[in-house]
Amino acid sequence: MNKKLVIFLMSGRETPELAAAAAQGGADLIELGFPFSDPLADGPVIRRAAERALSEGMRTKACLECLAEIRGRVQVPLVPFVYSALLEAYGHKRFVADAASAGASAILVPDLPVDSHPELRRIQLVAPTSTDERIRLAAATTDGWLYLVTLTGTTGARTELSSALAGLAERARHLAPPELPLYAGFGISTPEHARAAAEIADGVIVGSRAIEVAEDGPEQLRRYVSSLRESVDAAR
Amino acid sequence: MPSPPAKKISPAEGRGLYGGYGGRYVPETLIPALEELETGWRAALADLDFISELNELLANYGGRPTPLTQAMRFCPEKRIYLKREDLLHTGAHKLNNALGQIVLARRLGKKRIVAETGAGQHGVATATVCARFGLDCVVYMGVEDMRRQRPNVERMQLLGAEVRPVEIGTQTLKEATSEAIRDWITNVETTHYLIGSCVGPHPYPEIVRVLQSVIGRESREQILEREGRLPEAVIACVGGGSNSIGMFAGFLDDAEVKLYGVEAAGAASLGSGRVAILHGARSLVLADEDGQIADAHSISAGLDYPGVGPEHAALRDSGRVKYLPCTDDEALAAFERLTKTEGIIPALESSHALARALDTDESLIVVCLSGRGDKDLDEALAQLGRRA
Repeated sequence: MNKKLVIFLMSGRETPELAAAAAQGGADLIELGFPFSDPLADGPVIRRAAERALSEGMRTKACLECLAEIRGRVQVPLVPFVYSALLEAYGHKRFVADAASAGASAILVPDLPVDSHPELRRIQLVAPTSTDERIRLAAATTDGWLYLVTLTGTTGARTELSSALAGLAERARHLAPPELPLYAGFGISTPEHARAAAEIADGVIVGSRAIEVAEDGPEQLRRYVSSLRESVDAAR
Repeated sequence: MPSPPAKKISPAEGRGLYGGYGGRYVPETLIPALEELETGWRAALADLDFISELNELLANYGGRPTPLTQAMRFCPEKRIYLKREDLLHTGAHKLNNALGQIVLARRLGKKRIVAETGAGQHGVATATVCARFGLDCVVYMGVEDMRRQRPNVERMQLLGAEVRPVEIGTQTLKEATSEAIRDWITNVETTHYLIGSCVGPHPYPEIVRVLQSVIGRESREQILEREGRLPEAVIACVGGGSNSIGMFAGFLDDAEVKLYGVEAAGAASLGSGRVAILHGARSLVLADEDGQIADAHSISAGLDYPGVGPEHAALRDSGRVKYLPCTDDEALAAFERLTKTEGIIPALESSHALARALDTDESLIVVCLSGRGDKDLDEALAQLGRRA
């Protein structure tokens, strides 16, 4: 089975072009960040990107427009990454409907634990600290694939791939339905990390480093994503 | 001796819900830690050893019970009593909560404490209890607050805490709280997050309310002893809302006692906020229509917070507590007036409650003097000089 590569980008005026470059470079899915003023799950790079996006006026409606514009340019699935504060203000049902009509294939809410708002269908996240019971519940209710948070911490590049990933992936394999894909994210930044993570999981998610590279423009991003693609494809 | 913490916790509160407010809006990584904390907390409340250890510390280390002082010259037309949390060790009510949580953290086997601070009073209380029990202590503080509350920064450092400056965003309590939570997410297995107010994800609002309820319990006994009757009104300032929730806890069941919470006019989450999610809970928050959190503005660093505890939001909706605004100028005038008429320098936070005590209709009033004002001298003198 082909391992999947997910690239995270923050909503913004340049993002449709960046998304097209990421897709050209070989991204299988794009996670689109909706900026929030107080993002508890995010490290400094994504936090700064969110501050910039907000100062450019990227509020929920503008992010949905950005999503629709990306949908017009790329074929890969698109997933908004959106904090519960934004959903609370916009309305859960209204958000799901508007995101779907803008071209989203699922949503991801980093601060909504699996047992709250069960009616809101979303990609669930599990962490190394999650109990077996919670992993089972997340796997049973997730929308398409399960997000393995590789470490206890916030988003952002680390020097090494978290050693907690292997144990978490093993537990999740055991507890999840047999065909459920498991994608690993948080702290994955280099092609070496991506390859190592792809040997454990079915897909890898790269965020902070992609945001940093994207600051140098779409061509740099395309090349960086290609290098990740090659590493992920080389995984056993 | 102080009586044990009130154990009365409603079934909804047991699930962290206050009329639809509260809950747990945090990354999955923290959920097991919150469940461990909740289990440990319930076990502690049911354990007489915990209660007696805490009561011993509150009495012989903290200095409880604190006095109830009548402020006759401050307002000769009324009978205003001050609950003197400023006389508690470290100079503010924050120690009640810090002592309770440190005993809890030790029961949970945690070796490291993280906290946030705005005015610095909670940071000082946390650094103090960490020194007392020999635990590592990291306090996050916005650089703007470090400037406004320099003496408290120095106290924390002297007590052995590491004060980490927070330079992002508003550089105040809101950002310091986010950073403390991020630290907790990263170090969750070794670390207890010693939150300073009745905010944050369940079970924090309940823990802080129960630990601060000693203020209201003592006040009720003391006023009955002094006046032979309950007060007509009880007034406390509200930032995140911990001194007020503890004060109100003693009087919520006394329908004839009016309860007033006083917010800084520029940080009035209950007066002009909307339902939003901040720091892991759904509550009333200064936020825009997209749910983005707005900046709060107050001369008082302890009230300079755009959110408020979820139980306050529910108390506002039910009408049991009335929340009033107070401007910086009104608070400064009350600060000066109490100092000159009673020889008590109040914290700028508490000065907001004092200002409203002067102009409410009731005349037998208990005000929570939540802290002393030494920390505010630079800021208050500069502002008073500017206004003179």
